[in-house]
Amino acid sequence: MYTTEMSKNPTQLGPSAAEPPELIEAFEARVANDEFIEPKDWMPEAYRKTLIRQISQHAHSEIVGMLPEGNWITRAPSLRRKAVLLAKVQDEGGHGLYLYSAAETLGTSRDDMIDALHSGKAKYSTIFNYPTLNWADIGAIGWLVDGAAIMNQVPLQRTSYGPYARAMVRVCKEESFHQRQGFEIMMQMAAGTPEQKAMAQDAMDRWWWPALMMFGPPDENSPNTAQSVRWRIKRETNDELRQKFVDVTVPQAQAIGLTVPDPDLKWDEARGHYDYGAIDWDEFWAVVKGEGPVAKERMKARTEAWEKGAWVREAAMAHAAKQAARRQKEAANG
Amino acid sequence: MANEKKEWPLWEVFIRAKNGLSHRHAGSVHAPDADIALRHARDTYTRRMEGVSIWVIRSSDIAASDPADAGPIFEPAESKVYRHPTFYVVPDHIKHI
Ligand SMILES: [Fe+2]
Ligand SMILES: [Fe+2]
Repeated sequence: MYTTEMSKNPTQLGPSAAEPPELIEAFEARVANDEFIEPKDWMPEAYRKTLIRQISQHAHSEIVGMLPEGNWITRAPSLRRKAVLLAKVQDEGGHGLYLYSAAETLGTSRDDMIDALHSGKAKYSTIFNYPTLNWADIGAIGWLVDGAAIMNQVPLQRTSYGPYARAMVRVCKEESFHQRQGFEIMMQMAAGTPEQKAMAQDAMDRWWWPALMMFGPPDENSPNTAQSVRWRIKRETNDELRQKFVDVTVPQAQAIGLTVPDPDLKWDEARGHYDYGAIDWDEFWAVVKGEGPVAKERMKARTEAWEKGAWVREAAMAHAAKQAARRQKEAANG
Repeated sequence: MANEKKEWPLWEVFIRAKNGLSHRHAGSVHAPDADIALRHARDTYTRRMEGVSIWVIRSSDIAASDPADAGPIFEPAESKVYRHPTFYVVPDHIKHI
């Protein structure tokens, strides 16, 4: 999802011929040995590029992810829910910032990443191109979307790039409340009036499949997975993580009386896992290309916020420059 | 204007989790000046009472050793095992040493 290959024709990863083989070998050995790579260490260009893409994509997802939920802060059904949602959305903003900082240690700049997002060059998780139609969607997002995100992010706490791994430790610590508050909303609605329960089920029906798609294309269509796993940029494959998510989430749905919208879903005793139905990958690729129901709205909200904030950023810089000049003058005269 | 550098400078953030502990690197923020850097650091890194004190320093003001020089810098200490108490053999019947 956040961390998955999101360009349909990804460039093949691999060391470049121009790089000294002894450096590559030493690097590969360190990574294979589960050592962390730190910003100033030598690393293959392809490793650096893959990380910049993955971490910035992840950061963009956190930032764009604030939009569908931020949308509901003013309409939360109680003060408690409002305070909780506000805290969650603020956390997501924080996650974006930790991740942008981690990417910057690889030599990219904040401005370049934000440009790439706003120009459409950079991708973000497809999940945020679906609309949040009613309050139950906030429950479904916390439970399913943050749940899938956690599944993805937990192994990344041991990813080979130090700053990314440290950001993930912090993110994971904060995520678990996100999932719980969403589950709590769903649990309460599912136990409420028939109308409330129907809303919860409807939200489940709409978010289940997009949540499964968050793990990215199936392994056989994910050409760089092997290299990414070898470099410890990814620690588990898309399908492994997706299966884990299904296995833990289905019993949760059953426990609160909601139905998983998949007629093919059944427990496979031999595998010790749930079998699940086919995922509509055409829909996924359409959403990746920006054809999600609200893709344009999301980018419009993002760029507008950025542009409207420009004068604040510029004024703050001008103020800082003026203060610095004043201090310098005082020091000279003092 | 992708190439025109307009972004706020980068600051490194250090947080003291509680009195008695050292400040520890938490991450970084962009800010136009120290005051705003402190404010951003507070919002970004202490939303759950992670700290009682924050330091910020402009990233460009940090001097760092080069990992490529790690050998000459750190290896000399490797052979000086006599700097550790375990280097010295003290008979079992000698106490409190
Ligand atoms: Fe997050
Ligand atoms: Fe979250």
